Amino acid sequence: MTVEVLLFAQYAEALGPSISLEIPADSTVEALIADIRGRASALGRTLPPAALAINQRYARAGDRIHAGDELAVIPPVAGG
Amino acid sequence: MRTAIVDDPIDPAALLREVSRPANGAALLFVGTVRDMSDGRAVDGIDYTAYRPMAERELRAIVMEAGKAFGAHDIVVEHRIGSLLLEDVSVAIAVATPHRAMAYEASRFVIEELKKRVPIWKSERYVTESRRDWRRTPESSAVLSIRSSGEVDVIDARIPGEPK
Repeated sequence: MTVEVLLFAQYAEALGPSISLEIPADSTVEALIADIRGRASALGRTLPPAALAINQRYARAGDRIHAGDELAVIPPVAGG
Repeated sequence: MRTAIVDDPIDPAALLREVSRPANGAALLFVGTVRDMSDGRAVDGIDYTAYRPMAERELRAIVMEAGKAFGAHDIVVEHRIGSLLLEDVSVAIAVATPHRAMAYEASRFVIEELKKRVPIWKSERYVTESRRDWRRTPESSAVLSIRSSGEVDVIDARIPGEPK
């Protein structure tokens, strides 16, 4: 399935504000983040570990991604 | 109780007025501003970005949690995003409660949780360098792994092909 993932901060700098990915059905959060970090790595960019938000809520590493989910990579935050 | 991610300058005094009520004998205002030094480098300003809908949702959740935990229901929080200069107000938290202890606790809770959970990022501009740096608060990585609700994991999966 194809998913659209929103990117921010270092991730957006390296790969743009969003990325469209073809992933196997039932992919995990962990696999998706590894995929995205791998793409940046191929471009010579090392990105920090990040969480993923599914439908605007923090997801766990093993959570599955479903078609139509709103996905966003959340690198270490720095509000305040 | 009100929370907002804003683009325009924050008026902290207005927030304080907003939480004022006859039942509240204590009012507390926290104001975060852009500082001129960061790890020994002279800072020119900070560009804040956010995942806005989620930032608004998390901020609201934090204030609800503070209300529950400390019985503080008159809380107003604004966080500004965009390009800020030195001394500009990036965040303001106004809390008013019947007695002071609840106000101090609730205010501290809100700023600490905000730094851990709210998806806002800052890129510092430096006086003598053209390079910019994305900053992370020391609390932010902790949050991703040990958030009290247990909902968040740090995703540090190895990158394919990267040395172990």
